[in-house]
Amino acid sequence: MNFTLHVWRQKNARDKGRMETYRAHDITPDMSFLEMLDVVNEELVEKGTEPIHFDHDCREGICGACSLVINGIPHGGKKGCTTCELRMRNFKDGDEIYVEPFRAKALPVVKDLMVDRSALDRIMQAGGFVSVSTGAVPDGNAIPVPKAVADKAMDAAACIGCGACIAACKNASAMLFVAAKVSHLVHLPQGQVERERRVRNMVAQMDKEGFGNCTNYYECEAVCPKSISVEVIAKMNREYLKALTKPVK
Amino acid sequence: MSSIGLEKPRSLPVEISYASLGKKVLMAVTGLVAFAYILGHMLGNLQIFIGRERLNDYAEFLHSLGWFLWVIRVCLFAFFAVHVWKGIQLKLENWASRPTRYVKNNTVQASLSSRTMIWTGLAVLSFIVYHILHFTVRVTNPQYQSMVDGLGRPDVYSMVIAGYQNSLIAVVYIIAVGLVCYHLTHGIASMFQSVGLNNPRLQPLLDKIGWTLAVIIFLGFISIPLAVMFGYLQPLAGGM
Repeated sequence: MNFTLHVWRQKNARDKGRMETYRAHDITPDMSFLEMLDVVNEELVEKGTEPIHFDHDCREGICGACSLVINGIPHGGKKGCTTCELRMRNFKDGDEIYVEPFRAKALPVVKDLMVDRSALDRIMQAGGFVSVSTGAVPDGNAIPVPKAVADKAMDAAACIGCGACIAACKNASAMLFVAAKVSHLVHLPQGQVERERRVRNMVAQMDKEGFGNCTNYYECEAVCPKSISVEVIAKMNREYLKALTKPVK
Repeated sequence: MSSIGLEKPRSLPVEISYASLGKKVLMAVTGLVAFAYILGHMLGNLQIFIGRERLNDYAEFLHSLGWFLWVIRVCLFAFFAVHVWKGIQLKLENWASRPTRYVKNNTVQASLSSRTMIWTGLAVLSFIVYHILHFTVRVTNPQYQSMVDGLGRPDVYSMVIAGYQNSLIAVVYIIAVGLVCYHLTHGIASMFQSVGLNNPRLQPLLDKIGWTLAVIIFLGFISIPLAVMFGYLQPLAGGM
């Protein structure tokens, strides 16, 4: 398969950046999108040109490192797929493909298609944790959690923190990410200690980072590679309102 | 990194006015009040089909509330102003949060109505200003000032009919009501989500309720200018 790629190139955070066009030759349908970029990059290196920089790590859809907005959709629009899992058979031979970095003020471009997602780490530091006693490792099943509750928590905990929800949101809002973290911990007994503090701190940090506001477009859930439902956002909105009525501990 | 999270707890009013989630709650609550008003306004208007006497009685009743009418007006204005103010503020923040736009834009499932809330909202706002000047303050058509019925009361019935016999006014009115209702198709379901009263089972139902209510309100409002345009409602019909 052959493709025409329009790729965002940007030397560094200060560079203005621009789209550049490349040809991808002899791509097999079973290659992942990132493998296709690897092939293009090999050719660029052979020519002595700077290869296209992009984030990646596990390449099996669980680490949350890969990003890319492909034809205007984060992770390329295949339901429940990260960019590394997206196969080239999902495109037609000869397609023109636009590849851009995640766009948000809070996720500035570092180079080419790589963005700085440390804003998400700071939101996690603000409240995405539970208090644990130090000492001996507790027994695995010492705290009983009903199956249905554990499932709810796990649905939210499936978030890999890639930031596709932010890239897809017309407002560059981080609500699905933050809500997944809040919803994950609020369901579990271990998450009760910081319950009110967590939601208020994480929301405050999200606002401080300059993310947009949620206006219920639901684009986030459509592109989430882990198919996390906007139900978690409703849950966070509820938690937030409840937390406001209680004194901050 | 300087600081993370809340430096100090913010009071409830501060949180509601400045935090992203708080502003959304304000949008939902003020939107709900505006929606309730629209529904009441439509039911009030539809009394025109019962007759001139009934509509003018209703108008007279509202005016007889005196100071209480002003309390309602001031409250409505306050809710409405907060809705507009926060709506514009949210939109400006949202635009600022993505300074570099995508070269290739795409939308997977966000409805057109959800993406045009600011524009339908601003269009409705300008219509409301005109609508108040037209029927409440009566400055755009000063001849309404002298319209009284047999009991010497303001003749709302004749004003409405005179208003919509002008096709331009009627068409603008129908378009504006259409925009209000299009705004509601997203707004009704959205307000539940913003205060956390939503889940995947409820979501499709809320969307349907939103659309159904919007269509009912649209038909309710436009039935009046249409009835005037097609001659069903005639000047001085329904008699004293």
